[in-house]
Amino acid sequence: MFYVSIFFQYASQYLKTRLTYRVDTIVEIFSDLLFQAVNLIFILVVFGHTSLLSGWNREEIIFIYGFFLVPYAIFSSFFNIWDFNDRYIVKGEMDRVLTRPIHSLFQIIMERMELESLFGVITGIVIMYYAGSTLGLTFAWYDTFIFVAMVLGGAFIYAGIFISLASIGFWSDSRTDIMPMMYNIGNYGRYPVDIYHRVIRFVLTWILPFAFVGVYPAAYFLKREEWYFYAFLTPVMGIVFLSLAIFLWNSGVKKYRGAGN
Amino acid sequence: MSKYIEMIRVRFLMMLAYRTNYYSGILIYSINIGAYYFLWTAIYGGQEEIQGLSVLQMTTYVAVAWMARAFYFNNIDREIANEIKDGKVAIEMIRPYNYLGMKTMQGLGEGLFRLLFFSVPGMLIVALLFPISFSANVTTWGLFFVSLMFSFIVNTQINLLTGIMTFFLFNNSGLIRAKRVVIDLFSGLLLPISFYPLWAQSVMTYLPFQAISYIPSMIFTEGFVGSEIYTAIALQAFWALVLIIPIQVLWLLAKKQLIVQGG
Repeated sequence: MFYVSIFFQYASQYLKTRLTYRVDTIVEIFSDLLFQAVNLIFILVVFGHTSLLSGWNREEIIFIYGFFLVPYAIFSSFFNIWDFNDRYIVKGEMDRVLTRPIHSLFQIIMERMELESLFGVITGIVIMYYAGSTLGLTFAWYDTFIFVAMVLGGAFIYAGIFISLASIGFWSDSRTDIMPMMYNIGNYGRYPVDIYHRVIRFVLTWILPFAFVGVYPAAYFLKREEWYFYAFLTPVMGIVFLSLAIFLWNSGVKKYRGAGN
Repeated sequence: MSKYIEMIRVRFLMMLAYRTNYYSGILIYSINIGAYYFLWTAIYGGQEEIQGLSVLQMTTYVAVAWMARAFYFNNIDREIANEIKDGKVAIEMIRPYNYLGMKTMQGLGEGLFRLLFFSVPGMLIVALLFPISFSANVTTWGLFFVSLMFSFIVNTQINLLTGIMTFFLFNNSGLIRAKRVVIDLFSGLLLPISFYPLWAQSVMTYLPFQAISYIPSMIFTEGFVGSEIYTAIALQAFWALVLIIPIQVLWLLAKKQLIVQGG
């Protein structure tokens, strides 16, 4: 309960800062939309030159992309920890966080949240609606709950991977450029994984399971029964990866010695 | 002049201190190029060529486009924005050098470092893993490097413009992000310009972005032949000259209305 009220306190402070730099906020929302459009344009241009991508048609690929946007939006509004190492460890900010009586990870999430990214949920649903109605997909009432479970699973997977990567900072404080590039790898989960070499497919399924944030769960809604097993694994993978990440984080915090003066 | 060369050297050495991180970077870049390779193979399906590019040329295009990006890419827009926000820019402006020139040289130092320690070994590894065709023609290589130099200049100029905008917007992280997305799409990094529908291609001819990635990559893959190459490089040179104007104008305006918020 305490954490909930803390969340609202942070959120209201956040809105104040956003309203101070109004032009920038609008540009930021606009740039998010642009970013989402870029990937859509990529799909559209590619399908201008081919009609099937290993058995999947244009609308199905667009649907997968629309699904991907929803967990990704949740992830990017709350887990902006890609520069954790620079911002908190190298600059010594972590010391300040640790003196306060709230879990350190929760505080950092609150300090770095970017609520305007939640706009992506709407874009994602609009894209899915468009693709779904073109494909003539039908949904049962319980699909809503499955959708929520899969979206949360996907967001947890993303969060888990990025928290684990941030935790490396507790052991080694050298600069790493892995995080920004991880965003690129995340994109490959949006395409049918059977187009890749089996090594990449294995990586995308079990090591950096980005395929669970795109093609696997979307396959359920596209009624591709051969992928149902993986689709229903999504929430499980989410919980497993997030728990592992939190465990890593907690042991990292115990190990943390501080880096500055 | 010597102080600018010194600045390139200092930035180069600074990057050298952190070189171990770049080995992990090469791995990630290779995975990235690998995934694109499979994606494009699937897109081609059985087709021999799309818009005059074969699968082999397309793979080479993707590899060289990403490796060239390591050279021309820099974060000087973000650095300028931070220096303005911290108020450091006031000190920088009274120093005996041209602030924007200095930033460009820092970017060049970074770029040269990445070219030698990242792109070259990275390209070798990628060439071992995936089928990539290297031109045997020395002229092609020479023209590619000329073109690559221009892509650095044009990209840096766009970064300077974005950075200077902080003087007017105070907080421009959104603009920086938007710029990055626009460059990824319109520069030809993700898709060769010739793949776009004709109307989109004609819009892009009026924009400076294809000078950044499309032109050097097409020269490298020999997608451009004969006089096409020279026209393309002339276009890059044209944009490199034209972009000086808005930079100078905005810089003068910015100096006039500068508010130092801290420092």
